[in-house]
Amino acid sequence: MKKIVKNKYWRDGEPFVWGSAAALSLILILTFSLLIVIFKNGIAVYWPSPQLLFEMEDGSSYLGEVVQDEEQPTGLRHQLKIANRDLYGLDFTWIDAADIKNKSRPEGAVVLERYGYGNFHGFLSALNLPSLVVDHGPPWPRFQAALAALGPEIAKVKESKGELRALNHRIVGLDKKIAQYHHRGDDDPATLLPLQDEKGLLHHEFDRLVADLEALETTLHQNTALFTDATGRQQSIALTAIVRAYQPNAMSVFAKTGLYLSKLWELFFAEPRESNTEGGLFPAIFGTIMLIFIMSIFSFPLGVLSGIYLREYAKEGFLVRLVRIAVNNLAGIPSIVYGIFGLAFFVYGIGSSIDQAFFPEYLPTPTFGTGGILWASLTLGLLTVPVVIVSTEEALGAIPSGLRESSYALGATKFQTLVRILLPMASPGIMTGFILAMARAAGEVAPLMITGVVKLAPSLPLDGNFPFFHLDRKFMHLGFHIYDIGFQSPNVEAAKPMVFVSTLLLLGIVVLMTSSAIILRNKMKKKYAITH
Amino acid sequence: MNNNKEQAIIAIDDPIVQVKDLNLFYGQSQALFDLNFDIPRHRVTALIGPSGCGKSTFIRCINRMNDLIDGLSTTGSIRLDGRDIFERSLDVIDLRRRVGMVFQKSNPFPKSIYENVIFGMRIGGVTEKPILDETVEKSLRRAALWDEVKDRLHDSAMGLSGGQMQRLCIARAIAVSPEIILMDEPCSALDPRSTAHIEELIRDLNGEYTIIIVTHNMQQASRISDYTAFLYEGELVEYGRTKKVFTVPVKKATEDYITGRFG
Repeated sequence: MKKIVKNKYWRDGEPFVWGSAAALSLILILTFSLLIVIFKNGIAVYWPSPQLLFEMEDGSSYLGEVVQDEEQPTGLRHQLKIANRDLYGLDFTWIDAADIKNKSRPEGAVVLERYGYGNFHGFLSALNLPSLVVDHGPPWPRFQAALAALGPEIAKVKESKGELRALNHRIVGLDKKIAQYHHRGDDDPATLLPLQDEKGLLHHEFDRLVADLEALETTLHQNTALFTDATGRQQSIALTAIVRAYQPNAMSVFAKTGLYLSKLWELFFAEPRESNTEGGLFPAIFGTIMLIFIMSIFSFPLGVLSGIYLREYAKEGFLVRLVRIAVNNLAGIPSIVYGIFGLAFFVYGIGSSIDQAFFPEYLPTPTFGTGGILWASLTLGLLTVPVVIVSTEEALGAIPSGLRESSYALGATKFQTLVRILLPMASPGIMTGFILAMARAAGEVAPLMITGVVKLAPSLPLDGNFPFFHLDRKFMHLGFHIYDIGFQSPNVEAAKPMVFVSTLLLLGIVVLMTSSAIILRNKMKKKYAITH
Repeated sequence: MNNNKEQAIIAIDDPIVQVKDLNLFYGQSQALFDLNFDIPRHRVTALIGPSGCGKSTFIRCINRMNDLIDGLSTTGSIRLDGRDIFERSLDVIDLRRRVGMVFQKSNPFPKSIYENVIFGMRIGGVTEKPILDETVEKSLRRAALWDEVKDRLHDSAMGLSGGQMQRLCIARAIAVSPEIILMDEPCSALDPRSTAHIEELIRDLNGEYTIIIVTHNMQQASRISDYTAFLYEGELVEYGRTKKVFTVPVKKATEDYITGRFG
């Protein structure tokens, strides 16, 4: 009896079923813990945490937010973000819980986000506003009114900086023109002089604007606020150096939500500050998406066409088998190898040739002969093309042969059958390939690092200056951004929140792009599914 | 063998297809041996025989579907209205429009019923909607499907039942007005009721189209065909009027097969 039961146990493959279920659960747990860790850490970064004032047994005191707790053999200790890098040198410190004499939540604690030196934690004590007209009143409302009054002035500064950039662009354009004439050996003063004159005028205008700007900035800089830190040290801070000021302990949930949303806005649409550890990620988001788009434009048609030829037109034989093996192997090559190939072939090969043929006057400054978004996209395109080829081939191969035959039997040519029957039916499978390719491309960093990604790009690869698409420009990328701030930053602790935010954002972009592709694919699937 | 040939050649007035000395090879192995017979115009001709005897291979020669198979070669000739279809200058596309085909497995395209019917016309370059509409109605009526689908012409053909799908395939073949319709075991995947439907349809089409049908079902062959050819191991054993073949077969093999002693 016992033996039969045991046999049944093994015969039904019970251990195997349990084993496979366990394997799947493990994978699910790993995936979800990754997502949860990133999500939890990333989503909370911008929520203002309460400022706590710690008075210690030894007489020192700290104002800051608790970042993490840690159990040590000596007892519990807290890590505090105390900010004020300009005063203390470090943003973070550890305190032992046992040494705390008193802990309080002062209502008046102020957090300043600044353009330099990170945040400031302290208390507002006095204001000095020589060039701003603000009503008298209690210091904090007055301080906020002053910041608000400063807004239009700062807008003016930004505007004239924009003008300066435009002027600079024109001067550089003139320089290029002059360089072209010189390159052609055309030193005719009749043609060069007007250009020189124009350049002189522009330079004059430029200098005048710079002087105006400096004057304006100097007056604005004179508006300062005096802050006291936890230890009583005083620090005068120019209002122009302040990005944002708030009193987290006095804020309602709505005020906090407002702050959170304004920071999210900044994240999506503003430029980074403080060597990328603060501020927005707009250039990196933009670079990532544009990279994937340009990659798709090259990789998808190439892959689909190759897949079609390989499956439908090429005669089965040794050569085709060889090509198929090669394609499958290409998909497994480490991405850094593609990066090196991209550098050698695209950047140094094609790029340098383009420079010599079309932009000789700027040499030795390279135009296309250096890393840029075009070359990085092409490199990623090469990397993803095998995925597209394989999925196209498989999708075409999965179509029942009866459908081809019926099409031929009705007098359709091979091409008509391909276009009217096979491609629509294969489209969901091909889309799957696109999705895989896109996800892979979005996650690659290594090949980009040698083909054009930079820590900080001065301008976007797409802007309002003719010819709008600047495919020779270097660009920023979220994946590289994570690596850069997470592992190359001098202030790792301060950069940590940004690492989580960038990671969350990168995941978000990948999920967004692939899920829209998946929705599209499912629509196609419904349309072209066959039932028998 | 000589005996066979004598039996095979029977006099047919106005044949549409004339098969002469047809041999077919898959690489080295021969699948059809010296086939010689004429197929009458506007009649139903059934091809019977055990599996692997070359029935399907033979009808696939008539619209040159075998071109798609690598390493296949033929000798001899098949004349369609006097013209050899293996001629180099013959346009295969044109041939296939003249010789339609319905397969064993119904295989409508994953498109609407309407688009399925007019597929042949669309690839032929017809775009005028009135003509297309008319063709759809005519073909579907001819295939006895119109009443069942007229309210959902633009729904996917994948929603039809097996028998309806097969009739749709027949409608699709009819839509390009072929002279011959080849049917390769069109009912073998259908239930008895759908089979009856298709048989009725074939009887109905008789006299208007030349139909060459491959079937495993002896009763079916006797019910619907005017002429029957019995193939065995790539050779034509017996060919004649269906009534005669089924009642007084000349050959012992034919009799054995028909009475179910083998096959």
